[in-house]
Amino acid sequence: MDFFLQQLINAVTLGGFYALIALGYTMVYGIIQLINFAHGEFFAAGGYMGVILLAWMDSQGYMQTHPWLCLTVAFLLAMAYCAVLAMGVEKVAYKPLRRASKLSVLLSALGMSIFLQNGLMLTQGVYDKTYPGVYAKGALQVGDFNLTYLQLIALALTALLMVGLNLLVFRTRLGKAMRATAQDRVMATLVGISSDRIISLTFAIGAALAAASGILVGLYYGSVRFDMGFVPGIKAFAAAVLGGVGSITGAMLGGLIIGATEIFTAAYISGEYKDVFAFVILIAVLYFRPTGLLGENINDTRV
Amino acid sequence: MTPASKGLPAKLAFGALWVYLLVWPMTGIGAQGLDFVPAAKITGAALLAVLACLGLWKLNRAGGDQMGRLGRSVSGAAARVPVKLALWGGLAALLVFPLLSSRYGQDVAINVLVYVTLGLGLNVVVGLAGLLDLGYIAFYGVGAYTYALLSVHYELSFWLALPLCAALAALAGCLIGYPTLRMRGDYLAIVTLGFGEILRLVLNNWMKLTGGPNGILGVKPAAVWLPDPEEGWELTRMLVKSPLSQYYLILAIALFTVLAVRRLGDSRIGRAWEAIREDETAASIMGVDTFRLKLLAYAMGAVFGGLAGAFFAAKMRFVSPGSFTFIESAMVLAMVVLGGMGSVPGIVLGALALIALPEFFRDFENYRMLVFGAAMALMMLFRPAGLIPAKRLGKRSEEDH
Repeated sequence: MDFFLQQLINAVTLGGFYALIALGYTMVYGIIQLINFAHGEFFAAGGYMGVILLAWMDSQGYMQTHPWLCLTVAFLLAMAYCAVLAMGVEKVAYKPLRRASKLSVLLSALGMSIFLQNGLMLTQGVYDKTYPGVYAKGALQVGDFNLTYLQLIALALTALLMVGLNLLVFRTRLGKAMRATAQDRVMATLVGISSDRIISLTFAIGAALAAASGILVGLYYGSVRFDMGFVPGIKAFAAAVLGGVGSITGAMLGGLIIGATEIFTAAYISGEYKDVFAFVILIAVLYFRPTGLLGENINDTRV
Repeated sequence: MTPASKGLPAKLAFGALWVYLLVWPMTGIGAQGLDFVPAAKITGAALLAVLACLGLWKLNRAGGDQMGRLGRSVSGAAARVPVKLALWGGLAALLVFPLLSSRYGQDVAINVLVYVTLGLGLNVVVGLAGLLDLGYIAFYGVGAYTYALLSVHYELSFWLALPLCAALAALAGCLIGYPTLRMRGDYLAIVTLGFGEILRLVLNNWMKLTGGPNGILGVKPAAVWLPDPEEGWELTRMLVKSPLSQYYLILAIALFTVLAVRRLGDSRIGRAWEAIREDETAASIMGVDTFRLKLLAYAMGAVFGGLAGAFFAAKMRFVSPGSFTFIESAMVLAMVVLGGMGSVPGIVLGALALIALPEFFRDFENYRMLVFGAAMALMMLFRPAGLIPAKRLGKRSEEDH
């Protein structure tokens, strides 16, 4: 039972990481029906930005004096950086293709993903980069199982970001404009919403969430790699599809399910095949319920 | 100055500033402090590249008339050459090529031909039937592993294994195709990607069968019976080991593929595929059996992937999961799309452009994939139909929505 609880905590943590990335996929897909292949790269770039900033602050000695402030600054800067990066990618590679065929946009996204990944490799090298491991070494003992401080931070931050996003989308004017654009871009434009600006902002918000996930993953596993974006990116897309593309709650749920599958498969069945199960779930969901668990019935032609 | 180029310097300056701001954090923050030079270098390189592209574009526009006339006269002259003569001439050139080139040239040519075969196979699925497939390399893998296993465990000859490889790849095509037939567009793409990854993970982890990441060693090369001058021109069993003989083997496979794909494209089946690509609903109303034909497209496309895979295993005499990654699928797809979907010469040109051209820039090896990614995105902006678009290519029905 304790083993199970321990795995459950791990599963929720991992699921949270996936959910944060999946939110970006789901929001972008909800608005312009594009699988943004480059999204996984924002996650990787966020992880790298975190390690660069934290290592620099460590070398300057700020980490010893104000560790929490440093962490906060690293998070904010990395998220802002990835938001700007995403807006740039959108402007260069996707915006000119608004009226082009879907295949063109998809390939452009694929090209951007390869470009960003190799850019990361060229500037940062092919080897793992290690996070300065000063943070939250200990663990909270609850009964027989451990809740590491890192997991605690990850869970709290994931929850905070998700609540924040929900508030943004459902309580603010900007969120209202986003929802309107997702529903019908032409009509939204007619009532005075600048759809280009909304699309750009959606990319930025999604990338910022992915960047946060990137730092969390980096802190959690201790290191980052230039090609760390691809597999989590696909799994997060699986999570978005699982929950129903376009649905924010769905993406969170989907992320948790994918995370849980991975952890429990590794714990009880086989560690080597844990990735296979994520893909099998993706295919099974698309086969039996193409609109996902929480997705509404989208018109056939839009899919 | 044209009105469009009025704000050009300002735009360029703004772009450069923006690139600098994006690049600087990744290159300039380190334990030794803040460094502003590398980012400036990268920005300068990017600016130069943009200026070069702009200059070429302007030249192209300014000299458009002359260039167009030149192009027309060249193509007019080419058109006057009888088709048969051109074909035989081309074939002769292909046959003579390896005798005149170095070993390195032969290696590059073999690579190009492997990718031509793969590209043409994928063209059946993407170009003709309009089914976006991001996991095509899986069939290449199936072909390669089939031959490797048959050769290592049963000592089966290459020629006996070849049809089996094709058949197994076709079976894999059906297996992957069947559950995806209900999906379209993006979802189809992501599911095929999932299948490709599943296959790679299985190859990587099924230690007993595939040897895991270490792969399978000791695959036998293909063998042919040839008259050997040293034995008095008696028929002798020769192993296809040298790049020269490998070139002829893959040339035969590639030519077979070219012929087969051409014939398929012109056949009733090919027309039906094109109908499905243009408008699936309309095609099915007009009596096209979309279900069977889409499955057939997957199977036929996979056959050529399987053939190329078998050759690959026989050539390398070694297979490992590292050769069948997603990036390979992306390369083949890029060839098909850059060359021109549904057009055979287009794909040959695409394979040449993506495999042979980078060989000339070996010094920039590290930047190869970076440029590849950028080129892919740029191509979509400027020439989405590819270098040589297919003759019959309509507007896709999905785009209207």
